[in-house]
Amino acid sequence: MDTDDDFMSNVSSEDDMLPDDSDNDLSGDEDFGFDDEPDAYIDSQKEIGHKKKAAYDITFKVYQPSDVLKQQTELIDEVNMILDISKEEAAILLRYFRWNKERLIEDYMDRPSQVLDAAGLAQTSAGPPKMQVIPGFVCDICCEDEPGLESFALKCGHRYCVDCYRHYLSQKISREGEAARIQCPSEGCNIIIDARSLDLLVTAELTERYHELLHRTYVEDKETLKWCPAPDCQNAVECAVKKKDLDKVVPTVSCICGHRFCFGCILNDHQPAPCELVKKWLKKCADDSETANWISANTKECPKCNSTIEKNGGCNHMTCRKCKHEFCWMCMGLWSEHGTSWYNCNRFEEKSGTDARDAQAKSRVSLERYLHYYNRYANHEQSARLDKDIYHKTEKKMVQLQKESGMSWIEVQYLNSASQALQTCRQTLMWTYAFAFYLARNNLTEIFEDNQKDLEMAVEALSEMFEKPIAELADSDLKVDIINKTSYCNKRRVILLDDTAQKLSEGLWTFNTELTSLGANGGSSARR
Amino acid sequence: MASQNKRIAKELAECTSSPPPGITVTLPNDSDLHKWHVTLDGPENSVYAGGRFGLVVSLPADYPFRAPTVTFATRIYHPNVTNDQLGNICLGPLKAENWKPSTRLAGVLEAVRALLAEPQPDDPLEARIADEFRAERQEFDKNARSYVQRYAKGPVKFDVAAVGAAAAGEGGEDKKGAGGAATAAGASRSGGNTASGP
Ligand SMILES: [Zn+2]
Ligand SMILES: [Zn+2]
Ligand SMILES: [Zn+2]
Ligand SMILES: [Zn+2]
Ligand SMILES: [Zn+2]
Ligand SMILES: [Zn+2]
Repeated sequence: MDTDDDFMSNVSSEDDMLPDDSDNDLSGDEDFGFDDEPDAYIDSQKEIGHKKKAAYDITFKVYQPSDVLKQQTELIDEVNMILDISKEEAAILLRYFRWNKERLIEDYMDRPSQVLDAAGLAQTSAGPPKMQVIPGFVCDICCEDEPGLESFALKCGHRYCVDCYRHYLSQKISREGEAARIQCPSEGCNIIIDARSLDLLVTAELTERYHELLHRTYVEDKETLKWCPAPDCQNAVECAVKKKDLDKVVPTVSCICGHRFCFGCILNDHQPAPCELVKKWLKKCADDSETANWISANTKECPKCNSTIEKNGGCNHMTCRKCKHEFCWMCMGLWSEHGTSWYNCNRFEEKSGTDARDAQAKSRVSLERYLHYYNRYANHEQSARLDKDIYHKTEKKMVQLQKESGMSWIEVQYLNSASQALQTCRQTLMWTYAFAFYLARNNLTEIFEDNQKDLEMAVEALSEMFEKPIAELADSDLKVDIINKTSYCNKRRVILLDDTAQKLSEGLWTFNTELTSLGANGGSSARR
Repeated sequence: MASQNKRIAKELAECTSSPPPGITVTLPNDSDLHKWHVTLDGPENSVYAGGRFGLVVSLPADYPFRAPTVTFATRIYHPNVTNDQLGNICLGPLKAENWKPSTRLAGVLEAVRALLAEPQPDDPLEARIADEFRAERQEFDKNARSYVQRYAKGPVKFDVAAVGAAAAGEGGEDKKGAGGAATAAGASRSGGNTASGP
């Protein structure tokens, strides 16, 4: 499989899509001693051994449609040669065996007739498929019997008029999206229609759709392949992470189209939270949406003068226009305290057990706890969206900046990097709160919370710089600050993800919920 | 399409001239070949013996390329029929993925009647009734017979099943199961249907 992919496909790691800070890393923040941006070819690095592969890094490959087609053709050709059967039959057998070539060959060698039977290939040596006019023929579907009626039959001999055959096939293909397992129209007959018979019978348009569907089954049949879920993207991603591994790893992959997604559940990147937590969290949020709705409001009141404050950027550092009071949008606390080591905006402080004796108090505490995490989750989600708006404005800004400062396009790319870092980091932060909600306290949670807080502080600081007016952005000191902060944010994110992924793979986290989804209806406690 | 009507007309002629045992087919409206009324006699040696059940068969416009819908117009206590006024049936050959255009309605109707002789509790529409059928057979028999007495005696009515029954009938099973039919209070159960709408 890796003979033809030198330029067609892309061996990659998820870090490819991160804003590349290697050439703007002027920060001197080298106190981490951590080589945070592994290059694309992680496998070879691992063999060399001196460069550490980040714990959250997943090996995967991206295939373009032509690669996927080529793989199928190669497998079909191989089976066609080894088993000495037609390519149509090889294709049907491979699909029947879900493209497990080894098992197909082994089973076929053992008992060929059973295998052919089971896959819907009757064992007769008829010539190539053709339409025929047979005297006295009556179509069993439409009951037509006019002389000269063209008819068709597969190897099984169940003969129907060509019109009915066409109608049947177009129904299956365009309406039911079926391709690989379309059977003979006869009741109880499991003979499967092959591509050559189909090509003979249906219109070119339908043939195209049929081959497209067949093409899709190749990816859909294999556990190691998934389609990139981005709209209009035709690529497939190969990754070895299995369903059973999903309590140990969050397999984020990124397509060459730029879309980053989880190979386990196809949702957008949700590191560091494992798939099962994400599923539970999203369900809980949907169930409790009314309770939590007020949070997503775009306006709040200044805690000091009560004038209305609107949030129009991603930054959580709010300054009241009226009274100049500075506070945090998330916890409404004093902003000046956020930089200090003792202030924890991100941690939910459990109230001492004594005042949560009765059931009512307990349920209030559990609601408060949920709202604490949901508040921060929703806020980062919202901020990421606002940051994205800003990103679009950034492009304009960059053009302006070029005009005003005489900087070249390359020289203003740092704003683009900053914007991408903000979005990526906020997406990570968002999911750290879902992760934290299900995390049971142990001696490791504090490290996690510290990492979360550091990343959050860095992101807020960058967000604030990013929203400065153009005139200030042109300042070369601010440019250096932004470049440094961008690089710092990316580093903090890597550190957080590396730590969580490492401990997840070692099973060191304890969660207050199950990470396996074997009992499909286990998570019903969220319902009232 | 004329050719499809030819097929339907032929099937109808077969079903009326030499009907399968225990099955009577009529057209409620002579000009509409796509709507059939079928009367099913409860099979002998089954709990449904002595009952007469109305079935409404609707043939889609592109029959026989798509499966017909068959619903009970008469209430019946059965693991594979929804215990409501929709009377939806779970029958293998009628499922879209199993339907073949060569399948004949006579065969489908015989399969429905066979389902009365031999319920399939492993593929139920009413899980509670299926459990009862397996674990408390005597209780099941009693309930099924009491439904026959209540609903399946006298002239068969076909107007009970609502239009668009197939769409509304899915997904509401657990509610109906919980509502329970042990007391056979059929008339009061219509509330359960409105609650399970689309
Ligand atoms: Zn025909
Ligand atoms: Zn056949
Ligand atoms: Zn893609
Ligand atoms: Zn996932
Ligand atoms: Zn104020
Ligand atoms: Zn705060």
